[in-house]
Amino acid sequence: MVRLDGVGLRYGRADAPAVLRDLNFAIPAGGFRWLLGPSGAGKTSLLRLLTLAVRPTAGRLELLGAAIETAGRRDLPPLRRRIGMIFQDFRLLPHLSAFDNVALPLRLAGRPEGQVRADVEEMLRFVSLTRRGDARPAELSGGEQQRVAIARAVIGRPQLLLADEPTGNLDDTQAERLMQLLMELNRIGTTVMVATHSTGLVARYPGRELVLEEGRLVCDGAAPEAS
Amino acid sequence: MPRSLRPPRADDLGLRRALSDRLLPLVVASMTFLAALALAGAGAASGLAGRWRGGAAALLTVQVPNPTAPAADGASRAFAVSQALAASPAVASARALTAGDISTLLKPWLGTDAVALSVTLPAVFDVRLKDAAADANALDTALSRAAPGTLVERNGPWLERLTVLAASLKACAALAVAVVALVATAVVSVATRAGLAGRRDAIEIVHGLGATDRLIAGKFAGRITILALAGSLIGLAVAIPVVLGLAQLSAPFQTMSAAPRTPASLLSTLPTPLWAALAALPVAASFIGWGTAQATVRLWLARLP
Repeated sequence: MVRLDGVGLRYGRADAPAVLRDLNFAIPAGGFRWLLGPSGAGKTSLLRLLTLAVRPTAGRLELLGAAIETAGRRDLPPLRRRIGMIFQDFRLLPHLSAFDNVALPLRLAGRPEGQVRADVEEMLRFVSLTRRGDARPAELSGGEQQRVAIARAVIGRPQLLLADEPTGNLDDTQAERLMQLLMELNRIGTTVMVATHSTGLVARYPGRELVLEEGRLVCDGAAPEAS
Repeated sequence: MPRSLRPPRADDLGLRRALSDRLLPLVVASMTFLAALALAGAGAASGLAGRWRGGAAALLTVQVPNPTAPAADGASRAFAVSQALAASPAVASARALTAGDISTLLKPWLGTDAVALSVTLPAVFDVRLKDAAADANALDTALSRAAPGTLVERNGPWLERLTVLAASLKACAALAVAVVALVATAVVSVATRAGLAGRRDAIEIVHGLGATDRLIAGKFAGRITILALAGSLIGLAVAIPVVLGLAQLSAPFQTMSAAPRTPASLLSTLPTPLWAALAALPVAASFIGWGTAQATVRLWLARLP
């Protein structure tokens, strides 16, 4: 499902400092991973790599059965449609309504409009935004925008779901519902990776952890015991 | 609008705001206007040159030295040549210049008493051929047989100059249209780049969600094509009255008639190929807009993984 073999990443020139170095790990289909580490450790860069926003500058990356470092540009859009991403900054399209933002992945995948409508309304109901479907992002609170972003990430039933601080703008109840959704998706076979700083969240939902420091993987397993 | 009636060309990238419906159509309208004028100018010059060329090619001047001397059949040489001209199937008309006509022609060189000189002046005929491409050699032979020494003057040098002039005018018009097309391409490219810059975030988001280059470039190209088509139709609507006005002004040169024309007769003044070329301008503008937008967006997207 996801396999990194000596993966490195630099932005810009070849002599620029590496933001990710010699990453080696694998996540089987249906696996769950917490992605932990201090700010600047490379968590967001790793998520960008796994959403195919960038390609590795070193090593081999296998994602959803495809070798990314050798894949052609035309091979990537279908792969991206099988990946869901919940961004820390939501990344909603400001000129579209909440409904149309959530519908975007389905429309890009060419789903019939009737099916799009039914699925989006169901998803908006799940994230408690049924009555806010016509609102644009600027008219929504931070929490509501986060829920729209979540709905957009999961509506296409992605095989790989990535989240960057997904509960940062949610109240406890909404955060709990989101984690239950992620766990449910994981239970039915979706591979899930969640980047967070929240130790409380990790404690409530124990799982295997990937810990990054200065672009290197320093832990791939259960959380180290506090000394 | 109910969500179930979402239009098929929904503006997911927000291009209606990013690609304004004011500046680009205005520039394309100006380009279309200039292209229409260039095409009309080329058509008019080509038609005028064609008329001059056709007229000059069909005209001959025939000189008969010693016109009063007897020819082989005993009649005068001038009479024998006039008979030969009348008998020739290639000749549409032949007119013998009178002594007064010849005196007027020679007046700048010989003064008013040219006909009183002791020198025998040749008889001169103005000849118009039925067809500019008629076999003039056969006529030469027939006239020489009727009156040996008869001279036939053609308008070859003038024809050559007129041909060069017509070709130059056409080349200038083609160059003007090419420059207009290049400028239009550059303008569309700049407008598309501005749209890309304004919608960079949106493009990166839909790209990340799995949108193909074809889809994104198609959205831009569709919007640009609509704007270019609208602009070119406006430019054409402004250009046609101007072209018809120029046709009215040039009518005396085209038909040798200065009589004012009705709007309906002016429409028929423009040749069919010019109407076809003018009608093709919006198609060309749309194609330039679509192609340039496609190329610009795809080039820009190639920087993304």
